[in-house]
Amino acid sequence: MKKLNVIKLKHRKNTENSATVSLPLPAEVTIPMSMHMGAPCTPLVKVGDIVKVGQKIGESDAAFSVPVHSSVSGTVKAVGEYRSVMGAVSKTIVIEPDGRQEVSEEVKPPIITDKESFIRAVRESGSCGLGGAGFPTHIKMSTKSEIDTLVVNGAECEPYITADYREMIERPDDVIGGINMVKDMLGIKHTKLAIEANKPEAIRNFTELAANDDTIDIVTLPSAYPQGAEKVIIYNSTGRIVNEGTLPADVGVIVMNVSTVAFLYRYSKDGMPLVTRRLTVDGDAVGEPKNVLAPIGTHFRDVMEFCKVDIEAVKKVIAGGPMMGMSIPDIDMPVVKTSNALLAFKSYEARKATSCIRCGRCVKVCPLGLMPAEIDKAYRIKDIEDLKRLKVNLCMNCGSCTYACPANRNLAETNQLAKALLPRK
Amino acid sequence: MNRLIVSPSPHDENPTTTTTVMLNVIIALMPALIVGCVYFGLRALLLTVVCVASCVLFEYLSRKLMKRENTIGDLSAVVTGIILAMNLPSTLPLWMAVIGSFVAIVIVKQLFGGIGQNFANPAITARIVLMVSFPAAMTKWVEPFTHESLDAVSSATPLVLEQLRGTTDEPFMPSYLDLFLGKTGGCLGETCALALLIGGLYLAARRIINLAAPLSFIGSLFVLTWVSGGDPVYQILAGGVFLGAFFMATDYATTPISTKGKVVFGLGCGIITFVIRHFGSFPEGVSFSILLMNVLTPYIEQLTRTKVLGAKEAEKNG
Repeated sequence: MKKLNVIKLKHRKNTENSATVSLPLPAEVTIPMSMHMGAPCTPLVKVGDIVKVGQKIGESDAAFSVPVHSSVSGTVKAVGEYRSVMGAVSKTIVIEPDGRQEVSEEVKPPIITDKESFIRAVRESGSCGLGGAGFPTHIKMSTKSEIDTLVVNGAECEPYITADYREMIERPDDVIGGINMVKDMLGIKHTKLAIEANKPEAIRNFTELAANDDTIDIVTLPSAYPQGAEKVIIYNSTGRIVNEGTLPADVGVIVMNVSTVAFLYRYSKDGMPLVTRRLTVDGDAVGEPKNVLAPIGTHFRDVMEFCKVDIEAVKKVIAGGPMMGMSIPDIDMPVVKTSNALLAFKSYEARKATSCIRCGRCVKVCPLGLMPAEIDKAYRIKDIEDLKRLKVNLCMNCGSCTYACPANRNLAETNQLAKALLPRK
Repeated sequence: MNRLIVSPSPHDENPTTTTTVMLNVIIALMPALIVGCVYFGLRALLLTVVCVASCVLFEYLSRKLMKRENTIGDLSAVVTGIILAMNLPSTLPLWMAVIGSFVAIVIVKQLFGGIGQNFANPAITARIVLMVSFPAAMTKWVEPFTHESLDAVSSATPLVLEQLRGTTDEPFMPSYLDLFLGKTGGCLGETCALALLIGGLYLAARRIINLAAPLSFIGSLFVLTWVSGGDPVYQILAGGVFLGAFFMATDYATTPISTKGKVVFGLGCGIITFVIRHFGSFPEGVSFSILLMNVLTPYIEQLTRTKVLGAKEAEKNG
C-alpha cells in the first residue's frame, strides 16, 4: 500500500494533561443560527422571550441543516446578524443568562428503536461533526449505500489541540457506548477507532476497553499531519480510496469524530442537546493554557479572560488549529459547535512571500499527491484547463504545502482561489 | 488591544526559507571548493572570490535596473558564483570569469525573471559560453600542486587522456584513487569526486536535494560505458560528472519537480554525456547534457505529473 505524504509538526500538546474545567456562566451568550454546514436556522424565539437550557431556539425546514438549542436559561436580549469565520451570514440570538441554568421541559431522552428513529434523534440533538467541519451527522447516517465500517476519528492531528484527547481520556465509556449505538442502529459490522501514535494513553485505554470486542479495532495512526483528514484516515485505517466525486459511503465507510460519537451516546441517555463545547485554549499569549467546557455562544473574550490571556498583547487569534483554523478579526465572536480550539498569539510575524524556487517541497508533502507549485503557476495565468488536469478541486486545504514552502507562498490559499475559477458542475 | 492580524491558514510555519536552503548548498560546496584551492592554489580562491562578487553585483544591479526587489539576500547569486568558479580552470583570466558571471546572472537568470524562473542552469550556460568563446583559456589545465612554480606544469584532463588511450602515444593514465581524490587536471571544483560526494550526501541528508537525478545520471553513464566496453569507473570519476550530477542536475529551477521526472532527467544526462564522450569530438559532455535536459524539463514535467489520490482520469479532450 502506497504511503501518503505527511509533514512532521511540533505537537505542542501542552494541555494534554489539563482536565476539562467548566467555564463560569458568562454575562451574555451569542448563539448563531448557523454553526453547521448547510442551511442556517430560523430563530424560534423573539426579544424578551424566556428560554431554558436545551430549548430549541432555531430550526430549519431544510433536511441539510440541524437545529440550534439554548445553552443557558435566561432572557433573549436581541436577534441580530452574524458573520461566521467562514464568512457565512446568519441570524444570531443574544441571551442574558439568569444564572439558574434551568433545564427545559423539552429535554428528555429520545425514544430510539430503529434506524429511522435514531437518525431523527440525531438531527434533534443538534449534532454536527465536532472535528471542525460541522457536517450534519444525520445526513452522513442517512446514506442508502451499504456501510460496513465506521471509522471513528481520534487522530486530532493539529498541533495544540487536545479537546478530543480529553474526551477519550475523561469519557472513554461514552465513546465505546456511542460506537456500539451507532453500529447497532445503522447495522454496521466493524469499527476502526483511529488514534494518532502521540496519544499512547488513549490507545492503551481503548485497547483494554475493546479487548473482548472483536468488532472494534484500535488503529494506531502515524504521528504526522494530516492523519485526521477524512480521505487520509479512511485510507490509513481501511486501505480504501474515496474517489473524486464520491462520498466515503460509496466505499462503505462513514467517518465520525470521537467527540461526536461520545456526545450522541450522552444524548441518548439524558436528551440534552449539543449546548456545550470543549475547547483547547493555548498559544503564547495564554497565561493558563487549558481545556475549557464552555456554553455554546460564550464570547471568545470570556474564554480568553478565564484562561488569563494577555488580551492587550494579542496579535493573532485562531479559531481551531494552527494548520486549518481560521484567524478571527474580533474576539467577541462566539464559541460555536465546531470550536475545538482557541489559540491566542502575541508573537506573530507574517513572512513575506518570495518567488517560487521550484524546490518541489509542496509536491513532496501533499497527502493527496497534488502539485501546488504547478497549480500556482496555472492559477497565475488563469489556465483553467490545466487547473482541471492538476485536480485542484480535490485540495482539502490542509495547509501542508504552504507550511513546507521555503518561499512563504500561500499555496493552500491559491488552491482555494483556483477552485473558484473552475466551472461549477 | 492591537488590531488582530487576519490571514489565511495555515498559521504555523517551518523554519526553512530560500536563504537557509541556499546556505546549505554553500556549505555542501565547501569540501570541493577547499580541495580545489588546496590543489590549485590561491589563484583558485581568487577566481572564486571574483566569480561570487561579480555574480552578487550583477544580481544587485540588474534588479535595481529593472526596479525590482533586491534579492541578493536569498544567497542564490552566491551559490551561482561558487558553482561557476568550480566549473572553470584555475588559470582563467579574471575578466573572462566576470563575463561568465554576467552570462549566468544577467542573461540566463535575471532576464527570465530571476530566481526560480530561469530555464537553463546559469553556471552551466556560462561555462559553455566561455568554452565556445575562449576555447584555449578554458582548456588550459595545470597539474595539482604545481601552481607555486613559475611555469606551472600544464596537464591534460583525464578525459583527454582517455581519448588518447590505445593510440601510439598512450599517456600515463591516472589511477582510480587519483581520480577519486581529484589529483588530476581539470576545472578547479570538479576533480575531487570524494569531496563532491560528501557535499551531495550532506544535501541529501538535509533533504535539500533528492538523489534520484544524480543516481540515474551516474548510473546510466556507468552502465552505458560498461556495455560499450569502456572503463565505467574511470568515466564516472573523470571530468565534471560528480559536480554536474550532485550540484547542477539537482538545481531546483531547471530540473523536473517530481521524482519520476528527476529520474528521467538524470537518465537523459547520462545518455547524452555518454554519447558526446563516446562518439563526439569533445572529450567532455556533462555541461551540454545538463543544458539539453534543462531545455527538455518543461516537457518532462508535463509527462511526469504526480498521481492524485482518487482522481478520475482526466478527460481526453481536456
